Parts: sequence; structure tokens; C-alpha cells
Amino acid sequence: MLDRITDTLNFQAQALSLRSQRQRLLASNIANADTPGYVARDMDFASALREAAGERSAGTLAATQPGHVGAGAGAALPTRLEYATQSQSSLDRNTVDMDRERANFVDNAVHYEATLRFINQQVKTLQSAITGQ
Amino acid sequence: MSMLRIFNVSGSAISAQSQRLNAVASNLANADTVAGPDGQPYKARQVVFQTVPMGDAGTAGVQVSNVVEDQAGGRRVHDPAHPQADAEGYVTYSNVNAVEEMVNMISASRSYQNNVEVMNTAKTLLQKTLQMGS
Repeated sequence: MLDRITDTLNFQAQALSLRSQRQRLLASNIANADTPGYVARDMDFASALREAAGERSAGTLAATQPGHVGAGAGAALPTRLEYATQSQSSLDRNTVDMDRERANFVDNAVHYEATLRFINQQVKTLQSAITGQ
Repeated sequence: MSMLRIFNVSGSAISAQSQRLNAVASNLANADTVAGPDGQPYKARQVVFQTVPMGDAGTAGVQVSNVVEDQAGGRRVHDPAHPQADAEGYVTYSNVNAVEEMVNMISASRSYQNNVEVMNTAKTLLQKTLQMGS
């Protein structure tokens, strides 16, 4: 019963953790906008969330012996990072496109806040269900 | 709270950009200096940025790996009346290109602003995270 209550919260928590990871990636890209040879990184958020939410295709830890520690709900696989290609080539081989990075950064920040709001609202819903009013 | 690392990343970036801005200020200040007593004019300085990994994959800050001096010859002006003129009557000025330095300055200050903006956003998000569930 109790895990049913927290199941939906788990999903949002995973989304929040991935959002913060992506925010960090984008901050790194923006920080390295002037570094020669830097290659921008990003992640495919949809597939990363799908993997984190249970549809793990590969690399799942299977507990086959009593002593094994299985990957719990909170355990996150290292997300596969991808490299951004150059949109406008530059002489120093830096592939950071500032417009794209800023747009992604703001987009990610809004999504992060949205996820936070979902969590807050779910907590409120649960609380009002518990108090029975 | 993996977002706390954003402050390290953007902090290293603004520190590197401010070093670049310092180099630009130094170059612009010396744009019109002539060769000193040692006969060597001021040489324009440029900082070289380098990626420095911070923690897990994809998180990377910036550091200034070294400061290089532009080895191009200084600007030579014929002015025999100048006290620093050489035997042929030429005065050697520094090799600073003021236009390049101004462009560099604008670029550095924009990057600095960008990173401050990133930190502000991260701060707002973290504050909202701390109030989660209330």
C-alpha cells in the first residue's frame, strides 16, 4: 500500500535527478564556450528517463545469489552522454553553440521547476487524503 | 544535490574569464608604451583556456593553462625627436592590437555575464528544491 503512494513520487524524483544532471551538463557547456577544442555534451532526456524508470535495456544488476545487492529504485545507471556536432564551425574546434545551450538551459530550468511542482502537488494531495478532509 | 556542482563549474569559468579580462586591461593599458630601458617593448598577453574535469562525466570547468606572449614585432614609428628613438630614429611601440583587444573584452564580459546568469538560475532552482513538500 505504502509503496503505491510513493511510486508516483519515485518517478518524479528520478526525473528531477536527471533534470539536475542535465542542468549541470549545460552549465559545463556554457562555462566552456571559449575553451579551444571543447566538445559540447548533452543527453537524450526522454530515453534517459525511460531507462531510469525501469525499462533498462542493458547493464541491469541481477541479484542471483543471497549475498548480492540488487539495484534499488533509487540506483541510477550512468546516463549515456552524447556529443554535440558543430552547428557553425569555428577555427578552435569548439562545438558549443551558445544560442542552443542557453535555450536548452532555460528549457531545462523550466522543466525542473515543473517537476518540483508536480512533487509538491502530489505531496499536498497525499496529505489531504491522509487527513481526510 | 548534484546541482551544487554548477557553482564550481560556473565559478571556475568566471574566474578564468576575469583573468582574460585582466589580460585585456593590461594589454590596453600598455597599447601605447614604448620600449623600456632593456630595449624590449611590451608584448601583448593572451590567456589560454583549458577544460578541467570536475567529478563525473560531462561536468567540466575551465582553467587558465598558461599566459602566452604575442611574439610579433612591435609597431615602429619614425620619430627622431623622441627620447627613446634608436640610432635610425625609430621608436618601437608595443605590439598590442587595440581592436582585437576590444573584441576580446566584449567576448570576455559576455561570457562572464552568461555564467553569472547560469549561477543565478541554479540558485533559484536549488532554493525551490529546498522548499520541496511545503
